[in-house]
Amino acid sequence: MADQVGILPGVGITVGTEARARPAVQIVPIKGLPIVAVIVVGLIVAISTDSRWALSFYHVAGGGLWTGIDLFVGLVIGPILGRLSIPARAEFSARFMPMMVLIMPTLVVMTLASGFQLGVDLGNFTSSSPNHAWLVGSFIVVGIMATIALALLEPANIAVLFEMNKQHPNGAVIATLMRRFVYTAAITGIMQIATLVIMTRVASQ
Amino acid sequence: MSAQAESPTTPPVTQLAGASLALVVIGGIIMASSFPGRPVLAVPIAMLVLSVILLASGVVLLVRQRGFAWHAFFLVGKWALLAYAISAGMIEFSFLHNHADGAPLLVVTLMLVMFAVDVPLLISFTVARYQTEPDAAL
Repeated sequence: MADQVGILPGVGITVGTEARARPAVQIVPIKGLPIVAVIVVGLIVAISTDSRWALSFYHVAGGGLWTGIDLFVGLVIGPILGRLSIPARAEFSARFMPMMVLIMPTLVVMTLASGFQLGVDLGNFTSSSPNHAWLVGSFIVVGIMATIALALLEPANIAVLFEMNKQHPNGAVIATLMRRFVYTAAITGIMQIATLVIMTRVASQ
Repeated sequence: MSAQAESPTTPPVTQLAGASLALVVIGGIIMASSFPGRPVLAVPIAMLVLSVILLASGVVLLVRQRGFAWHAFFLVGKWALLAYAISAGMIEFSFLHNHADGAPLLVVTLMLVMFAVDVPLLISFTVARYQTEPDAAL
C-alpha cells in the first residue's frame, strides 16, 4: 500500500500506538477509480444499446461476484475477524476495507442496472409474466440488503478507516464499528442465499 | 482520549436517516414492481413525504449539535455525495431509457434524490460522530 495515494487530506498519518510503523490507511484506492469508470461507461453503453450479451455479462458477472463476496465476507471472513485481537483486526481492515469501498458499490450498480434492463427487455416486469412475482421478491430482498448495507455496513466500513488514521486510535470505537460490520455482513450474506434461489428460479422458467 | 465508543449526546441521525432511506427503498420497490405500467402513486408519494420529514428532522437535530466535527462531516460527505449521485444517476438513466415519464418519473427522481442525500449523510455522520475533537485526524 506504500505506493498508494490517499484521496483525502491527512491520510498519511500512521497509527501512533504501534511500535512498528504501519503504512497509512487509504480510504479510497485511487488506482481503482479508472477501472470503476470503465465499468460504469460500459454499463451505460450496454443499457443504451440494449445488448443482450453485454447486459447478461454485467448482470451475471456482477451478481455472481456480489453474492459470492457477500457470502464469503459474511460467513467466512466475518466470524474469523470477530475472533481476532483488535490490532490484528485493524491490520487486516486497513488493507481489506478500502478495497471493499470501491468493489461493492460498483458490483451493486453493475448488477441492479443491468438486471433492471434485462427484466424489461425479457418482459419479466409485465404482471402476466411467470417471473413477475419472483422479481418483486428479489426487489424486496435487495431492498432489505441495500438498506442494511447503506445505512449500517458502509458507514461503519469508512468510519473504521478514519479511526485507524488517528494518531491514537480508540480501540473501543474500532471494536464497535467492526462488530457492526461483521453482523451486518453476516445478515446480508445469509440474505444472498435467497437471491440465489430467486435468480436461479427466474433463469429456469 | 476517551475509551468510550461513542458520545452519549449524539442525536439519532443514523436512525432517522436510515428510516428515511428505508422508506424511499420501499417506495422504489412499489414503483419498480409496477413498471412499465403506471403505478398508483399515493403510497409512494406518502412514503416520499415521510422520508423527507425524517431526513429533515435528522438534519435539524444535527445542526443543533454542539462541538460536532463538521469538517470531517463535509470532507466525507462531498465524496460520498458524488459517488451516490452517480449511482442514482444510473438508476434514473435506466428509467429514462425505458421511456418513464410524467408523474411516475418525477416521483422516482425525487426518491433518487433522497437516496443520494440519505446515504452520504449516513456515512459522513458515522465518520464525524467518532471524531472526539473537531477536525481530529484529518
